[in-house]
Amino acid sequence: MAKAEQQPLKTPLYDSHVEMGGRMVEFAGYLLPVQYPTGPTLEHAAVRNAAGLFDIDHMGQFELTGPDADLFLQYIQVWDIDQMRVLDAHYSLLLYSDGTVVDDIFLYRLPERWFIAVNASNRAKDFAWLEANALGFDVTLRDISDETCMLALQGPSAETILQRLTPADLSVIAARTAVETTLDGVPALFGRTGYTGEDGFELYFPAANAVDVWNAILVAGKDDGLLACGLAARDSLRFEACLPLYGHEIDATTYALEARMNWTIAWNKEFVGRDALLKMKLEGAPRLLVGFEMVEKAVAREHYHVASAGVEAGYVTSGMKSPTLDKFLGMAYVPAALSKIGTEIEILVRGQPKKAVIVKRPFYKPRYK
Amino acid sequence: MSQYKVDADARYAKSHEWARKEGDIVVVGISDYAQDTLSDVVYVELPAVGSEVVAGKQAAVVESVKAAEDVISPVSGKVVETNSQLADTPEIVNGDPYGSWFYKVEPGANIDAELAALMDADAYATFAAESAH
Repeated sequence: MAKAEQQPLKTPLYDSHVEMGGRMVEFAGYLLPVQYPTGPTLEHAAVRNAAGLFDIDHMGQFELTGPDADLFLQYIQVWDIDQMRVLDAHYSLLLYSDGTVVDDIFLYRLPERWFIAVNASNRAKDFAWLEANALGFDVTLRDISDETCMLALQGPSAETILQRLTPADLSVIAARTAVETTLDGVPALFGRTGYTGEDGFELYFPAANAVDVWNAILVAGKDDGLLACGLAARDSLRFEACLPLYGHEIDATTYALEARMNWTIAWNKEFVGRDALLKMKLEGAPRLLVGFEMVEKAVAREHYHVASAGVEAGYVTSGMKSPTLDKFLGMAYVPAALSKIGTEIEILVRGQPKKAVIVKRPFYKPRYK
Repeated sequence: MSQYKVDADARYAKSHEWARKEGDIVVVGISDYAQDTLSDVVYVELPAVGSEVVAGKQAAVVESVKAAEDVISPVSGKVVETNSQLADTPEIVNGDPYGSWFYKVEPGANIDAELAALMDADAYATFAAESAH
């Protein structure tokens, strides 16, 4: 929150983005390209059909070590880390004790340590939350965000392109696993992870090598349709796959269960937020996150009101014209009674009710390896 | 020198719409600056044929990947035709903003004064270049 008063930060790739014609905007306290001259629609398509490269260095990374690291992590997040082998990666949530969401995170079990990727806007808050809850645990938590560069290379051609820059055999790296290797000669951690609904990799390496690695990947992929992609494409890609974005579908006012995050939760262990969620699980969530399609053409944008038979019934969390499906789609919180697929609702678009219908999520079925 | 294209035959509003007199009717659209600033256009809501638009008042909405923006009519009159191509291929606005008109009006009595109040292409080119900073 203090960030708003500060000058926006720059990632090490700021000058590269400007040189490439990136349209720089402030996002989570950083100046990042919302798009390049190619435009969000083509950047989105590149990721679905070939590959896209994203600067996501604004995201935070923590390293957790110590004799109680497993015990602490099991307690502080929702996924069952006993199911994770070394070099496994998994999506998870940090919850407040009432079951609302501190952040969504990616966990990597590495030899002798845990690596945690967190949202940029939540980096300071997450670190403080973890520290505050670590009392009594023999652990060491380090924020290694500044020294670590994070890029995402996503799309069906990501493996082919990345293989040109690394000695590791990427064909054997399964989805949601990682490998520690080199990237254009630079020591790097590759996660076969991402947030676009496509196969791909998230890459972590020393920030000092950011520009060289960025350029090397762009050169390696230039004949494969690789495009540098901005924040707009990143948002539309995750949206089609119905992946929640912190501050939109999930935040400190939304419960993990109403956000349909049941699949991330391991009920067979204790964790912060479990009691509240279990109660909600038994009683049923009063409202649920749904996907909808506009029956009457219109762009349903975040914060637009939902109505049913003229009565207010929730709000839109994200909405847009889906570039891949060519439909006007959205996600919204609605009363549980209205959450069934096929239910007709209305979206108030600039005061005008427009017909929409609840549809199946995700809109785009992820194509992980 | 401007980085934005202009149509020499059109006149321009500060809100980045253009109006082009073609015989007895006036054609309305949005400028190259407007489409570039909006980014990829995904939907255009047009006025009904037969409805009246008023200079300085909202007449249409253009939705892009970024935002919804009101289109302020640069002229007053009765809408006689809307561009049906925009319904299925709104993205043509990005590629050809001066060809991808929004609507045509049968202008009202004040049309000469309304057009005179708009910028010519040269003045607008300078205005658009300055707006970009």
